[in-house]
Formats: sequence, structure tokens, C-alpha cells
Amino acid sequence: MAEIVSLADGVAAVVHDGDTLVMEGFTHLIPFAAAHEVIRQGRRDLTLVRMTPDLIYDQMIGMGCASRLVFSWGGNPGVGSLHRFRDAVENAWPLPLALEEHSHAGMANRYLAGASGMPFAVLRGYVGTDLMAQTENIKPITCPFTGEVLTAVPALTPDATIIHAQRADVRGNVQMWGIIGVQKEAVLAAKRSLITVEEIVDRLQPQPQEVILPSFATDYIAVAPGGSHPSYAQGYSLRDNAFYTEWDAISRERDTFLRWMEENVLRGGPAA
Amino acid sequence: MTSAYTADEMMTVAAARQLHDRAVCFVGIGLPSTAANLARATVAPDVVLIYESGTLGAKPDRLPLSIGDGILADTADTVVSVPEVFNYWLQPGRIDVGFLSAAQIDRFANINTTMIGADYRHPVVRLPGAGGAPEIAASCREVVVVLRQTPRTFVDRVDFVTSVGFGHGPGDRQRLGLHGSGPRVVITDLGILTPDPRTLELTLVSVHPGATAEQARAATGWPLAVSPSLTTTDPPSETELSVLRRLEATMGRT
Repeated sequence: MAEIVSLADGVAAVVHDGDTLVMEGFTHLIPFAAAHEVIRQGRRDLTLVRMTPDLIYDQMIGMGCASRLVFSWGGNPGVGSLHRFRDAVENAWPLPLALEEHSHAGMANRYLAGASGMPFAVLRGYVGTDLMAQTENIKPITCPFTGEVLTAVPALTPDATIIHAQRADVRGNVQMWGIIGVQKEAVLAAKRSLITVEEIVDRLQPQPQEVILPSFATDYIAVAPGGSHPSYAQGYSLRDNAFYTEWDAISRERDTFLRWMEENVLRGGPAA
Repeated sequence: MTSAYTADEMMTVAAARQLHDRAVCFVGIGLPSTAANLARATVAPDVVLIYESGTLGAKPDRLPLSIGDGILADTADTVVSVPEVFNYWLQPGRIDVGFLSAAQIDRFANINTTMIGADYRHPVVRLPGAGGAPEIAASCREVVVVLRQTPRTFVDRVDFVTSVGFGHGPGDRQRLGLHGSGPRVVITDLGILTPDPRTLELTLVSVHPGATAEQARAATGWPLAVSPSLTTTDPPSETELSVLRRLEATMGRT
């Protein structure tokens, strides 16, 4: 059964130095509040896994939390580069960042395999691209029935997965809706999980196209209202597209980035 | 009489005209999203827009900044998970048109969105990466590419093959087992290129008003083939321009 805890206690319980950490949310429901708590707790040497690193991993990479990144698209959507990610890859600042790079389809299938308890997933993908030569984690596999050569990618089984959802009930069942991304698979693939929510209610009211994570399938739940800002929680908030645009200037230089993190994250404010 | 317009506007309008009505289209963010939404507002009102965030049949009344803006989920016929959008919808070949952009493209329309430089581990410029593009380029029935044409973007060989066009030439897609037929057309700010039916090399078939084949050649990093029946693209109509400008003014509004 999921235990309802504070954000700080939840993060401390699931994230440790050296862990492989997943924080998913496909544009929508990105768990920023939890990421800021990971930064405040000073975690180091993490392998960060996420389809779209987005601002959340740009911040964690820039603050020196990560030594490795597993991902499929590392930009600021519609705006441009993730400058802290680029600075780490191009200039090893603040630390060298090893990359393992996939396509979205490959990453989605790796989560699917992890959630299904399978060692790998099979897809039609990557063939003919230069991605295959850059990692051991993309290999050809022959279909035993047809002889067709397909592509295999290993399951993702992170030490910890953190996601943000709209709400949970008092028994710890989690409900989310809107763009649901790959969060269900990412939670089920993980050894430990923390779900931050906008609110905890007595009873969950059904929503169109909802996804429910039953209480027995997760470990910790913490209330973090606005915890996906500048991403959003459908039904609670709107994507702060202005902030995504402003991040380009904030993050471009190391000193403006560090000052912003000091003022908005390290000193504990929920403003970010 | 058409009023003044920019080369980027001409590019977006020409790209929108490539979408057939009722086509099912997998849309990348940026230029492709703008062009696809212009098409839906003009030449292809019943085009079905699919974004990789799992929004199937999105009908936004304003341009999303990201592939996951709330307006896409709010207006979609259905919202599915990311594994589902790739496994059930893209992979089996249910999508007619993949609409992509690129940082670099080569003569066989292979696409690079990964990095600029000679060494993957030490890139000169690190780009965002693959996203959905490798499988969009592999599995959609056909691909439309839209990007600005400069010597930096139109290169003899891409620094990194993120998504396969025609590989090294005829027969490569079949050899690789790619089910879609590959790039049908490339739209730039200077003109329109299509693969030569025999060599599959990108060939200039139309120049936009005011642009010349010489300009296109100068903006291309290989000896660019020019069609003997080179045409001039129709300029944007008043309707296309006014709808495009109205759409662009809505970019990212929530």
C-alpha cells in the first residue's frame, strides 16, 4: 500500500546517490517540485532517464546531480536548446555527462518491457541510423517465426521512478488524465516509486480517459500543489509557455542559471 | 495581387499545400506543426493530426508551443499513451504522412537532428536528438520535410544519420526493411525538391517567386540537380497569408 508522506521524506526514501532515476511526464505532469527536492537534498552521480530531458533535467544536470543521461530528445520544445545539457555534453560543465541515446519508440518500449517484467522489447526501429553504433543497448534480433530482422532494446528497470499526477485518494490510489505519456509504465518498471499529486481527496471522481495506479502498485505519495510547474496538470493549471521561453535566457549562461537556482530552488521556494 | 510576404511564409504555405485532405499526418513540432495547422485551416480541413504526445486527431485553434500543450489534448479525438502512439499507430503503417524538420539533410534526404561535428562523443554542437523521427521516417507511408536551405543545412553527407531517407541511394530502404516509401518532397525557403525517380537524389523542381536555381545551388553542399521542367511556386494567396499570420499570432497561448 502506498504511504502518504511529505515531499522531502518521499524523495529521501526513494532517491539515493548513484541511483538510476526516472522522472517522467511527457510535456504534461512533469514532476518539477520533486526534482527541486532532489537538488536540495544534494543527490550526486545519478543516471537520469527520461524521454525528453526538458527543463527538469536541464536544471538537475546544471546543478551537478547527474553523471549519465539516458534519453531520446533533449531540447526545449518550440524554443530551442537545453543550454545546461549542451554545456555538460560539449564542455563537461559542471561535470562530464555520459549519454545513452535512443528514439522515442525505443524508450517507450524499454519502459513497456520493464513494466511487463520482460528482459527486452522488440520493435521496428533504429535500422539504418547511426544511433545503433553508439550504444550496446540497441541490437538486431531475428523473429523466430518469420525470420524478419527486428530491433531489440533492453528493459528499463530504474531504482526509482517519480511522477506527478492530478490526485490521489486517502487510500493511496492515484488518478491522472490528459496526456498520460509513459508514466504508468515508468512506475511499474521501477523498484521504488514516488507520486506527487495536486491534492488528496476522499473519493476519486471518474474522469474521461483516466489512468488509475492502484495503491498496491506504488510506494509513496506526497502532496505538491503546482508541483508540475512550468509544465502543467490538466484540470488544475496551464502550461507556462512564457516561462519555457524565458528559460532560454536564464539558462544560457552559467552564472544566471546558478543565481536563478539559488533564488528559486535552493532557498526552498515553490516558485519554479 | 498578393501582398508582400517573407521567404519563411512562402515555405510554410508551400509545405501546407503538400497535405492532402483526410490524410493522417504525424506532426513534428516547429515548422511542421505550423504548416500542418495551416493546411487544416485552408487546403485540408479534414486532415487528421497526430502528435507524438499521444493526441490523435488534435484540432487546435491556436499553435501549440510544444507537442504536448493542453490545447492538443483538449481537442483530440482520443489521447493515448506514448507506447501506444508508437506501437499501435505509427509502427504498423497506419499513418499516411510524416511531417519532419531537420538540422541537416543530404542528397538522399537522410536527416540529422543529433549533433554537428566529426566525433559523436565530442560534438561541436549538440542538437536535441532523435525524438520520434527515426520511426516516423521509417514507417509513415511517405515523409514531407520542411527546413531552410543553406550550405550548413544542405550538406553532401549528414554528420549523423538520425533518420533514414534513402540511405546511400536506390534499394537501400528495401534492404533495411523500412516499410514506408520515404521522403516524397522537401520544402525550403527557396523552393521545392523531390527525389529523382531513378537516382533518388533530391532534385530542385520548383523555385519560389523571387528565388533562382542559382541561389538554390549556392545554398546546397553538393552539385544540386535541377529539373529540366523547373517551375515557379504559386505565391501565397491572400487567404493563405492571412490565416498563417493569424495562426502565428496565437503561438503558445494557453
